[in-house]
Order: sequence, then C-alpha cells, then structure tokens
Amino acid sequence: MEYVAAIDQGTSSSRCLVFDLQGRIVSLSQKEHEQIFPRPGWVEHDPREILRNVIEVVHGALDTGGLTVRDLVAVGIANQRETTVVWDPRTGEPVHNAIVWQDTRTDALCRKLGAEHGQDRFRDRCGLPLATYFSGPKVSWLLDSAPGLRRRAEEGELLFGTMDSWLVWNLTGRHVTDVTNASRTMLMNLETLDWDDTLLDAIGVPRAMLPAIQPSSQIYGEAGGSLGGVPIAAALGDQQAALFGQTCFSAGEAKCTYGTGSFLLLNTGNRPVLSGHGLITTVGSKIGEAPATYALEGSIAVTGALVQWFRDKVGLIGSASEVETLARTVDDNGGIYFVPAFSGLFAPHWRGDARGVIAGLTGYVTKGHLARAVLEATAWQTREVVDAMNADSGIAMTSLKADGGMTANNLLMQFLADVLGVPVVRPNVAETVSLGAAYAAGLAVGFWPDVESLRANWHKAAEWVPKMDQAERDRGYRKWKKAVQRTLDWVDDDD
Amino acid sequence: MPKPIQSIERASAILRLLSGRTRRLSLAEVAGELGLPKGTVYGIMRTLLSVGFVEQDPESGKYRIGAALLHLGSSYLDGNELRTRALNWADWLAARTNESVRLGTLHDGHVLLVHHVFRPDNSPQVLEVGSLLPMHATAMGKVLLAYHPYLTEELGNGSLQRFTSCTITDPKLLAIELEQVQEQGWAASLEELIDGETSLAAPIRDRQGVAVGAIAISGPTERLCDDAQPRNELVSYVREGARTISRDLGAVPW
Ligand SMILES: Nc1ncnc2c1ncn2[C@@H]1O[C@H](COP(=O)(O)OP(=O)(O)O)[C@@H](O)[C@H]1O
Ligand SMILES: [Mg+2]
Repeated sequence: MEYVAAIDQGTSSSRCLVFDLQGRIVSLSQKEHEQIFPRPGWVEHDPREILRNVIEVVHGALDTGGLTVRDLVAVGIANQRETTVVWDPRTGEPVHNAIVWQDTRTDALCRKLGAEHGQDRFRDRCGLPLATYFSGPKVSWLLDSAPGLRRRAEEGELLFGTMDSWLVWNLTGRHVTDVTNASRTMLMNLETLDWDDTLLDAIGVPRAMLPAIQPSSQIYGEAGGSLGGVPIAAALGDQQAALFGQTCFSAGEAKCTYGTGSFLLLNTGNRPVLSGHGLITTVGSKIGEAPATYALEGSIAVTGALVQWFRDKVGLIGSASEVETLARTVDDNGGIYFVPAFSGLFAPHWRGDARGVIAGLTGYVTKGHLARAVLEATAWQTREVVDAMNADSGIAMTSLKADGGMTANNLLMQFLADVLGVPVVRPNVAETVSLGAAYAAGLAVGFWPDVESLRANWHKAAEWVPKMDQAERDRGYRKWKKAVQRTLDWVDDDD
Repeated sequence: MPKPIQSIERASAILRLLSGRTRRLSLAEVAGELGLPKGTVYGIMRTLLSVGFVEQDPESGKYRIGAALLHLGSSYLDGNELRTRALNWADWLAARTNESVRLGTLHDGHVLLVHHVFRPDNSPQVLEVGSLLPMHATAMGKVLLAYHPYLTEELGNGSLQRFTSCTITDPKLLAIELEQVQEQGWAASLEELIDGETSLAAPIRDRQGVAVGAIAISGPTERLCDDAQPRNELVSYVREGARTISRDLGAVPW
C-alpha cells in the first residue's frame, strides 16, 4: 500500500499524520515544543527544536503505523504562518530564535511605517493591514537587533524564511517558500505573486535573503538524511491547508479552524478581493501551474491559547478539556465577558493598542463563570469575523464548517451554533490542516488525479444546531461588543 | 529489608479478595476464605471502611470494594477529556467501518454518551452526546460491567428491563455473558436495545489498566453481522481503535 504523510508544524506542537488513498488517517504522532516568552508580548520558538521534533514525529508516525519511509509516495508540509526565521546557510544555524506570529515587538515599527499613510498603506499591494502579525516587519526588526546582521543579509550571507522554508531548506537544501506563506509576509504583491520592491524598500528587507516563491503543490525536492529519498511535494500555510483539507475548492466555500488561534477563510476564486470590513486578502493555494486561488480571511489571534493560558498561567484547570467540565458547573457566564486581546485585536478590528479585559465582574462570579467566559470568547470572536465575511461577500453564511483541536469541546461547538444562528458541522477528519497538506502533496505526485476526486472523501462527523433564541443572542452580542470597546486604547507610547 | 507489617498484609489480602468477586461478601466468608479469625478481620475491615476502601451494604451488612479505592491511582478521567483524547481515533474508526461511533463512560448505573461520530455517509443524523443508555442492553454497557464486576450487583437480582425480544433480562444469563466479554475483550449487543440494530464495543483503559470508558460502532445487523455473528473484521477495528486510544491515555495529558 502507498501512503502520503503530512507534517503539521503548528504553533503549539508538530504533528505527522499518514493518510491512505481515501484520505483516512492511518497513523499519527505529535510533540509539543517550548513557548519562549522573553518579555511581555514577545513569543519565540527555537527553530532547531522544531526541526528535531518534525523529524521525530515523522518517524513516530511511521513506527506507529508499522511503515517505513519507502511506503510514502510524498510528504506535504503545513506550517504555522508568519513566524520568522533568519539563518546562516553556511552553518545552518539560526541567528536568532524564531519570532512567532503572536509576538508584538514590532508594534512601534508598524506604527512608524503607517505614520503618514495609515494602517492600510500597503493593503492594495499585499492585501494586509500594517500589524505586528506579519513577517516583513519582524525580519526588519531582527536585522536591526544585532550589529552586522543587516549587512550580512544584504550580501546574501543570511537567509529568511517562514517555517515552511526553514523545514524545506533543511530537508532538501533548497531555499524556497510557497505562495500562501509568501502572502503572509507583507512583502509579496498579490497580483504578480512575486516579491514587491516597493514593499521591500519601505519595510527594509533585502531581496538577497528571500526564498524563491513556488506553487503550493509541486515537488520541491527529495528529502535527505533519515527521510532519504521521499519527495517533499507540498507546502502551505496551515490555515490555507485546512481550507484545502475541507475541500473548499470553489469560490464561496469557507471553513474555520479552531486551534491556538482561529481562522475563518472564504475561497474567493481566482481574483483577490479586498475587504471593506476588516478581513485580510490572502492566497488560498496554487496547485502546480494552475492559476492561484485567493481567500478572504478573518484571523483571530487568541482562542485555544486562552484555554492554554487558563490552564498554564491561572491553573484553574489541569488540561484543556477540563475547561468544559468546569464551565458546565454553571448555567451561564454570570454576566462576564472575556476579551482576550493578548496580542492586541486582529480581525476585524486590527487594534495593536488593545489589551485583554474581563468585563462585568461582580462578587457573584465563580471560577465556573470564568471557564464559560473563556469558551464563549471563541464563539463571539467568530461571530465578529462571520459578520464581516457576510458583509464583504453580500451573502449570509448558511452553515459553518469547523475543524481543529477545539472542536472536541462540545459546549463550545453548541454555543458557537447558538451565537451564529446557523448549524456548525465538523468533518470526519478534524485534522484538516494535515489532510490539506497531504492532498496537495498527493496531487503533485499523481497519487490523486485531481481536486474533484477529493471531494468524495469529505464526510460530516458531527453537527450542532442553534438552540438559543434571537433575543438572547442579540443581548449577548451587544454585551460582547461593549466589552471589546473596553479593551481599546490601552497601550501607551511609553509602555 | 525490615519485616513486613502483618496488618497491612492482611488488609491487602482482604482487598484482593473483595476485588476479585462480583458479589458482596460477609465477614464470615472473608474470614473463612483467608483462614483468619473473625475478630481480626473485623478490626481491619472497620479501618478500611473508615478510609473508604471498602463499602458495607446497610441491609445485608456484606462488604465490597469502595469507590475511593477504585479512583485511587487511576487519574480520574472525565468524559470531556476522553472525547478530546479520542477524537482522531473515533473518526478513524468511523472511516474504517463506515458506521457511527460512540464513546461512553459509567454514570449512575448508566452509560453516558460522551462522544458521537456520525456514520460517514452524509445522511441526516442527530448528535446524541449527553444521553444515557442502559448498561445491560448495550455493548458499551456490557464492556463496562465486565470490567467493573462490583457494578453487576447494582443491577439487582430481579428481572432486567426488556427493550426488545433479544434483551437479556435474567441477571444470571447476563453474568455468564459478562464473563465471556471479559475473556474475549469485547462485547456485542445483538438487537438487544433496538430491533434490527447491532453494536460492538471494546474497553478503553487508562495507564493503570482501569476501563475508563468504552468505544462502540453501531448499525443495522445485516451490515455488522454474518449469520447472526459479529463480523470479525469489524470486531478487530473496534478493538484496534480502543487499544490505540488506551495507548494514548498512557501519555502525559494535553
Ligand atoms: N477540549 C478542549 N476544549 C477547549 N480547548 C481545547 C480542547 N482541546 C484542545 N483545546 C485547545 O486547542 C488548541 C490545540 O488545538 P490544535 O488544533 O492542535 O492547535 P494548533 O494547531 O494551533 O497547535 C490548544 O490551544 C488547546 O488549548
Ligand atoms: Mg494547527
């Protein structure tokens, strides 16, 4: 039997899943990596640890399934996006820890870049507002963080890459990135799908250090080392991979993935569509020589990360799933709303000056109410991006395709259906990120003939239907919006 | 090595004896089986009662293993945790068998459904998470009963509730089947809850080997059985799914 493997290099962990021809999971292995918090608002990963973990989980998944590298026809990579690595190609050593997408250290730089022109200075070219989220400013910050780095980068002695580039370079020796990852850097032009000199000059990133932009699905090269010979045949940003894994191949199809953060993506076909309601424009995928598909995206920075924070920093629960048990000890949120603006607010607000708030506290509130508010935050944030998506597309969403780790939370999924007022459905493979990467890799080597053949693999595994009445939904949303207002304008210039 | 402490040895022997029996034992029976004076056993039993390691039936005065001991060491696993940890493999089982999958745990003498994966054919189905099922008429219930022998007593001596003409209503017949379930490591409900529907289940065990839940597939008998016997291939998938989840439960929590 032949199989395709997917590497899901995520924010909290790296995973490898092996899939068969029907798109069914054959085996799985996972490993968490360290989250490094050097200062408030800063988040880093060690790229070497991530590389080690990735190789370990690939072997882990093969061992679990009783397989060897020779059973794999291709490997696809999906990765946490925007996270920025700069390394020295002669030694292979990173010159700095990876700066993670959640990191807010480029706040001042982004404000400076937008000073006279506003936050949407580059939106026409790259589809993105100026925000700490994206890679370009992170690279520029990094090059200025130590003497000599900028000069070495200009002379081609240092390479930049998002996690896909870092992994592909280490596995195959080629310095490339895929078009979906490149679309998250603020450095790529959405029309030409090439690096844009205006953006490079303005943000201060030397062209010499950039990878070549390639399709998402194509053979990048053969892996060396212990993965000897297997073709690395796809790379996509994890959210774009999930869109692909949910088989949202046509314009108008959308999904939302619930992990560390949550990301609603709507396929808009072969044209980039600019948002009038705070969404961003991104590349959905590019399969070989076929034209790229674009997507509108509502990015939410903190959803599962709030549960993790509640577990690790507050200590009221011992595992992520216990938040549901604790939340079920009460019937409602006790009047509180938790807006987790830990990295400012992303879509649809794009407010770097916001910070987290728990609004509505009274002496009545218990830890059970807190747990409920933690979960409800994910649902209300989704409601905001769904509203923006409906406004942009002019068509109301009739159901939400959800996936990711948080879909294991039944209380959350029901509440989500309640506040959206439409059914929420989960597909039979919750690991759509991996499935999408596997699909893209399998297509590149002819394991699957075409995208249409993949649609038959999608099956509904669960469906939550709304039960909340309209008045209650409206009242809750009104309160949520008031709570959001209270997070704004918190950060001062001297913070 | 210092000399073993005799009273601890005797307490352990009592606990071992009680945990191996499906019915409660009287003081005389325990003393008889262990060859100890009744007075000695009584003293130890009082202490074990006070710490919750044994429980005494108020009417008959007979003893059985206490709940405190059952939860000891087996890091208590709630249904939400089980669902989260089993998510991928429950999907896997549904995709392999083309049937719907359910996960259940013990709850007040019933099976509580903590997870449900639809049959992967996109037909209309309704999420059943949160509902309670009878123990004696479901495959999951039989698995949980077989691995928690003390629970059989709670079913009582009287006739069990009948749901279909195939429901096992005689506790003695059920006990015989449960022994077999424990031996073979899986259970079936052949149209015992709903006419025309068969389910197959296997135990999910934690690090200590305690059956913390059960996973089952269900569907029409003609798909799940050949000649009124569960199809081997499907039984293997159910058992493999249960084993994989159990292996994952041995790992550090999320
Ligand atoms: N049962 C649950 N309830 C709530 N949150 C959960 C649950 N299980 C996992 N999570 C959250 O989901 C996230 C993990 O999901 P995953 O899809 O693996 O994320 P990522 O790919 O971003 O690392 C974690 O942030 C965790 O807190
Ligand atoms: Mg992920």
